[in-house]
Amino acid sequence: MTLVEFLQQLINGLSLGSVYALIALGYTMVYGIIGLINFAHCDIYMVGAYIGFFVSTDLHLPFVPTLIVAMLGSAIAGVLVERFAYKPLLRKASSISLLITAMGVSLLLENGFNAVFGGSPRSYPHNILTQKSISLGPVRTDSLHLIILLTSVVLMVLLQIVIYKTKIGKAMRATSADKDAAALMGINVNATISATFAIGSALAGAAGVLVGILYNSIDPYMGIQPGIKAFTAAVFGGIGMIPGAFLGGLILGVIETFVTAWYSPLSGAIGFIVLIVILIIKPSGLLGKKVSEKV
Amino acid sequence: MKKQIAASVLALAMTVSCAGCQGGNSAGGASGGTIKIGFVGPLTGGNSSYGQSSKKGLELLEDQINKAGGINGKKIDLVEVDDEGKPATSVTGGTKLISSDKVVAIVGPVTSGCANSLAPICQANNIPMITGTGTNANITKAGDCIFRTCFIDPFQGKVMAKFASEDLKAKTAAILYNNGDDYSKGLFSAFKANFTGSIVETENYNAGDKDFNAQLTKIAAKKPDVLYLPEYYGDVAVIAREARNMGITATFLGGDGFDSPELFSVGGDSVNGAYFSNHYASDDTSPEVVQFIKDYKAKYNSSPDAFAALTYDAGKVLCDSIKKAGSTDATAIKNALKSYSGTVVCGKISFDNDRNAVKSAVIIKTVDGKETFFKKISA
Repeated sequence: MTLVEFLQQLINGLSLGSVYALIALGYTMVYGIIGLINFAHCDIYMVGAYIGFFVSTDLHLPFVPTLIVAMLGSAIAGVLVERFAYKPLLRKASSISLLITAMGVSLLLENGFNAVFGGSPRSYPHNILTQKSISLGPVRTDSLHLIILLTSVVLMVLLQIVIYKTKIGKAMRATSADKDAAALMGINVNATISATFAIGSALAGAAGVLVGILYNSIDPYMGIQPGIKAFTAAVFGGIGMIPGAFLGGLILGVIETFVTAWYSPLSGAIGFIVLIVILIIKPSGLLGKKVSEKV
Repeated sequence: MKKQIAASVLALAMTVSCAGCQGGNSAGGASGGTIKIGFVGPLTGGNSSYGQSSKKGLELLEDQINKAGGINGKKIDLVEVDDEGKPATSVTGGTKLISSDKVVAIVGPVTSGCANSLAPICQANNIPMITGTGTNANITKAGDCIFRTCFIDPFQGKVMAKFASEDLKAKTAAILYNNGDDYSKGLFSAFKANFTGSIVETENYNAGDKDFNAQLTKIAAKKPDVLYLPEYYGDVAVIAREARNMGITATFLGGDGFDSPELFSVGGDSVNGAYFSNHYASDDTSPEVVQFIKDYKAKYNSSPDAFAALTYDAGKVLCDSIKKAGSTDATAIKNALKSYSGTVVCGKISFDNDRNAVKSAVIIKTVDGKETFFKKISA
């Protein structure tokens, strides 16, 4: 591998990793606060991509309003899922019942969308965000990958600010530490949990629109594979840790890309072997702390 | 109260999500005056364009035969199931057709992976299965009940490899194929075996991947003349876009998986100038093709793609054979199919000893978002 090829692959890896990171942020946030592995997260991502598709195609909205509408729509979808599917279980049932419910919601969304909108891939309008090739000397990337990387960084910083500097963030951390004690201190736990889902789902919606435009192809099952990878990235970085999700996403993307470049049939396997090795050495993930304090 | 609302919302959503999975009606077990024929194909899912086109082609045939009085006085009754393009679902759907709908034969499955999975089931139940589009070489090896009316992947890969060497004068080729798909692997190995220039790079990926930059970076470094993409349209379009962004200028080559209008809606300008092997070209001027397109347009007000034509042909060959057999007995139908020889939409067709069709292929070139007939290559 020449130096140019190495640099190009590094950029490819970071680009792919930024997609994982963007989805992983919402995964890790919901886990950090509620302790629920929200398998429906990757389907909210798909819902966001569809909302973005419809408003940009039928209402001809430009990129930024499309992104905002998709984020709002996904937030509403996320809160609806929480209200109808998770809330009745959150207090009473075991975490395994919640996990199964999350899988059920995931399948319902996938197959429901498949039944209503059909399974054919759809593509965003060509003019919504033009994909420009950007050359940096001999290596190249494109504008969309840079936008996705930038969006992940901005969202990560924003999330950290929301969680550590705002009142709702304080409520989230309190809820995360002890639900009952938080309620005794006058925190509206239900509203806090809903807010967590709303923010996490809005992040997923943003990712859906960006990735939908990047690959120019959305379908009801688009969330499954990136969902698994993003979940892996979140665990990799230390689940519950927001910077960990970002870092985990980028590292997973880079590992996967280099393995693919070395010997493509093993691309799926090696990333996970590395994950297992890291978890054996550091069970709480790259940035995870051993203490039970989350977020 | 809240729980009740939640439950009813869920129940409603489930009803909606199940509406798609009921294929045809299964009313009336014993077929008095009708002959039940099953169809298995991806009516939903990533390759739904294939299933929907195939279904339309077959329904056109059903209309034509029933208007003309049916087969030996009996009307045909098509029972359709959706396999979502997934082998496991095609087995469930096909088993339902055989055991509960009691079909006499099955047309399909449309994609190779599904056909490979359903073939042994049909063989075990002694139900003739005839796929119009499953091109993987192994499908008909399941046994003497399994037929196909299209050419096979080795032929398709060979045609493209020869075309690349002889017509395009390509010296170097790169291949990017799907490691998890029978169709893709079949085309890949046939192309590799028959290309006379040098193959400078062979890369693969997993089903479901959408980011091919790692593989394309390696391919770009070798600057091949042609890039062979044995894959279905959805992924081809994504690969083509990423390849052009990566600065790859190679001519894209492919198989019949390219054939869909959606290749252009997703791939845009990047898929123009590609060549692929196909079963039929809609701008062919043979009388069968012209008549078929006229009938299809009259019924659906749109142009048929190759899947519509191929599945129509598979159905036609089957119905003609049932007519010739004079009964719906599986052995009689099988014998009639074996000795079949006739001209259908995609040309003259007969079966070899392995129950594969002997027929010609066409090369299609993509120009300005349209498929144009380029060349015909005989078997």
